[in-house]
Amino acid sequence: MEAIKQVRGRAVVVPGDEIDTDRIVPARYLKAVTFDGLGDALFYDERFDEAGNPKDHPLNRPERRGASVMVVGAGFGSGSSREHAPQAIKRAGFKAIIGESFAEIFFGNAIQIGLVCVTLDPEDLGVLAGWVEAHPEGEVEVDLEAREVRFGGHVAPLAIREAAREALTSGRWDPLAELLESAAAVRRMDEKLPRPGRPGGYR
Amino acid sequence: MAGKTLYEKVWEAHEVRRLASGQSQLFIDLHLIHEVTSPQAFGMLRELGQKVAMPHRTFATVDHIVPTDAREEPFADPLAQAMIEELRKNTREHGIELFDVGSGKQGIVHVVGPEQGLTQPGFTIVCGDSHTSTHGAFGAIAFGIGTTQVRDVLATQTVAMPRLKVRRINMVGELRPGVGAKDVILHIIRTLGVKGGQGYAYEYGGPVIEKMSMEERMTVCNMSIEGGARIGYVNPDETTFAFLKGRPYAPAEDEWEAAVAHWRGLASDPDAEYDDVVEIDGSRIAPYVTWGINPGQAITVEERVPDPEGVPDDEAALVREALEYMKLEPGRPIKGQKIDVAFVGSCTNGRLFDLREAARVVAALGGRVAPGVRAIVVPGSEQVARQAEAEGLDRIFRDAGFEWRYAGCSMCLAMNPDKLVGDEISISSSNRNFKGRQGSPQGRTLLASPAMVAAAALAGEVVDVREVLGVKA
Repeated sequence: MEAIKQVRGRAVVVPGDEIDTDRIVPARYLKAVTFDGLGDALFYDERFDEAGNPKDHPLNRPERRGASVMVVGAGFGSGSSREHAPQAIKRAGFKAIIGESFAEIFFGNAIQIGLVCVTLDPEDLGVLAGWVEAHPEGEVEVDLEAREVRFGGHVAPLAIREAAREALTSGRWDPLAELLESAAAVRRMDEKLPRPGRPGGYR
Repeated sequence: MAGKTLYEKVWEAHEVRRLASGQSQLFIDLHLIHEVTSPQAFGMLRELGQKVAMPHRTFATVDHIVPTDAREEPFADPLAQAMIEELRKNTREHGIELFDVGSGKQGIVHVVGPEQGLTQPGFTIVCGDSHTSTHGAFGAIAFGIGTTQVRDVLATQTVAMPRLKVRRINMVGELRPGVGAKDVILHIIRTLGVKGGQGYAYEYGGPVIEKMSMEERMTVCNMSIEGGARIGYVNPDETTFAFLKGRPYAPAEDEWEAAVAHWRGLASDPDAEYDDVVEIDGSRIAPYVTWGINPGQAITVEERVPDPEGVPDDEAALVREALEYMKLEPGRPIKGQKIDVAFVGSCTNGRLFDLREAARVVAALGGRVAPGVRAIVVPGSEQVARQAEAEGLDRIFRDAGFEWRYAGCSMCLAMNPDKLVGDEISISSSNRNFKGRQGSPQGRTLLASPAMVAAAALAGEVVDVREVLGVKA
């Protein structure tokens, strides 16, 4: 697993607060047994009309093609726990999301697949969004080690839950290997703790 | 030394160790899976060459994609059929018990867990579904997880989780007639905000909660996530124990007393310290209806749709966006708003208690579903359907022109054929009024209690259920 210390790339602003995961990936795209091809479903109903014609959405603008940093508002990723949402964002080529705040489950899901989510205070976020709108070719750098976001000569301090920052920068964002290490202790807990439908657990 | 909250006690009993990142490795007592968020996890497991570590702690059912109008297979939607087949294959291959369609036990995962007695106080419970918080009604620590975490639980019976803070929500006073659990949680979300619960587990308590049935408590805990809290719970008490007694997977007679003694000890100590405490007066709550595109955009049926001019600047943009999408006129009373569809069901309000509430309103009002309104009732499980039919509730609904369906998630998220069409407006007992949530990219949702939904179905518009029942003070 690669350590993720810095992410750098062109950016796109997806404006609005409380963008829920139903909007990020509409439920009908969850009817599949893999995550393949989910990048195309990203914000589908906001990007395309019912006949499939593109609407005016930041992700449809030619100058934003290839962007790898998404700038969002507050409460991003609320609602459904569907991992399809961060999976779609990642599969559409994004490596980092910068916002004012993230919904709890979305944040955890994103970090576990190595998709960086950091927050800026609202004022800095406004400056960043304005700069990105004005500079489609400009690059934004998210530096998890220096704990800052840099763009066009600006430097803004970023915030991220320390456990998530640590997991990303040390290359341990997927915890499975670490979880597997304590198999013996986990088996003892299984023996000790009550189990649904198994007699004797509470005696 | 200060006492402990239930959250702390359960967390400490299940913490395997601290991981290098600072997160906890948490043992999971009960893992529930369904057809939508599990197939990719089994796929990852296969790729890694891992087995399911503890199949005896995982239980499966089908709810999201299952059609509710017909049960014959193959289903009309081949993708739905493929997903259910995948779950059957995965559960068979790994020795996991599946409550399949027609087993008598199938239903919405958050209805099935409690009714089978799988959900028990003090358990850690996870499911790839954000409404897993429902199980907190039993004094369990229950939360939704992503699919990669479903993989982790299958492979290790543990997840990596940060420890949350605990906010005690004291619901004081007494609910007025015609006001129910759905109104309570919509009021809490409106009061504390849709982001208010981020970083917190909510402990609901106080006289209003203590008086509630388990089903009502489940409604409250269910929508914790709509207030931003991944976990919501109620301390276990006599109501909890009485509900669980005799259920198939609950402790049997010979260890019942021991189980109850253990559960009693899990409740938060009287001198427990909370990270935050709020008090909310239940006596002031009226029936709620949402008007916007998130569950915090809710008003009582006595209020008017907000005007963006009258709200703080930071909310105005969201109010405008919501009004534009909902095509509602600012300043107009929500009462009298015409509806096209009425939906009673979901993990929020699809239990027997909820169907009784809706049926009571239908029976009291008499008459039929208003012309031009599509009204459907979807029981939360096969067991709920059976009980409702034994009580004759299905007759009351059918005779009034409601469709009586088979169990599933149905129009809450419209992954099956039950969908809004175009910009239809629905009054729904479910949990989310997000843009496009009910299956049409322009579809509109008003969230309300089952009683309010039933009353609106007959009237063809939003009405105050207290007025039509003659209970308004």
